[in-house]
Amino acid sequence: MTPPLIAQISASGLPGYIFVSSLLFVLGFFGVLLRKNTLVIYMCLELMLIASTLALVAFSRFNGTLDGSVFVFFILTIAAAEVAVGLAIIVALFRLRHTVQVEELNRLKN
Amino acid sequence: MANLLFYALSLLTISCAALVVWTKNAVNAAMFLLVTLAGVAGLFVLLDAALLAFVLLLVYAGAVVALFLFIIMLLDTRHEALKPFRPMTIAASTIGAALLLLGLVTMLRRAQFPAPVPDAIAGSSLKPYAEQLFTTYLLPVQIVGFLLLAAMLGVIVLSRKHEPREETP
Repeated sequence: MTPPLIAQISASGLPGYIFVSSLLFVLGFFGVLLRKNTLVIYMCLELMLIASTLALVAFSRFNGTLDGSVFVFFILTIAAAEVAVGLAIIVALFRLRHTVQVEELNRLKN
Repeated sequence: MANLLFYALSLLTISCAALVVWTKNAVNAAMFLLVTLAGVAGLFVLLDAALLAFVLLLVYAGAVVALFLFIIMLLDTRHEALKPFRPMTIAASTIGAALLLLGLVTMLRRAQFPAPVPDAIAGSSLKPYAEQLFTTYLLPVQIVGFLLLAAMLGVIVLSRKHEPREETP
C-alpha cells in the first residue's frame, strides 16, 4: 500500500515536482480553453510548455541522467522561435481584421 | 529549509499561473507570467539545474515576455470591451481541465518512482552539458540552428507590409 499522494509531496521527492508540473499544465490548458484574447491564449500555451520542461528536469534529476536537461535546451530554443512566429502571425491577423478576439475570427465558418 | 523553499516556490508558481488565466488585462497577464517563470527557475535551482534556471530566465523573461509586452503595446486592444466569460465556456473548460487533472493525478498515484535519489550530475557546471551537446546531440543542435534561421526568415516574410499588387498591362 503506497502512502497517499499528499504525504509524498516534498522537496526530496519526485512526486512533488511532478504534481506541481501537472497543476501548471492543467492551469495552462484551462486558460487556453477559457480565454478569448489570442495573446493570453498564447501565454497559457507557454505555461504548458514550461510545465513540461519542469517535468523533464525533475525526471532527469531523480533518474541520475542528463538527457532530460539537455532536451530542455532544445525546448527553450524551439519555444523562442515559436513565440516569434506566432506573434508575427497575430500581428498580421490584427492588421487584416483589427481584432485579436478569437470569437470574431470566424471567416472560415460556414 | 529545502522543503520550505519548495513549498513557497510551488505556491508562488501555481498562484501566479492561476492569475495569468484569471486576470482581465493582457499586460497584467504578462507580468504574472514573468513571476511564474521566476518561480519555475527557483524550482530548477532546487533541482540542481542552476544553469537551466539561468537560461530560462534569460530566454523567457528577457526575450519572450518582453516580446509579448511589445506586441500588446503595438496592437493597442484597449477599445475591445472586456466581456465576461459565458457560463457555457466556463463550465466546458472547467470540466476539461478537471478531467485532465484527474488523469494526471491518477497516473501519479499509481506510478512507481525511483527510490534512491542519485547525486547531482551537473549542478551549475557547464561542462557536462557542453559534452552532451557537442557529442551525442550534435546533429539536433545543427537542426535547431537551421530551424532558428527558418523562423527568422518566416517572421520577416510575415511581418512585411502587403501592398496591393500592381496590375500588369
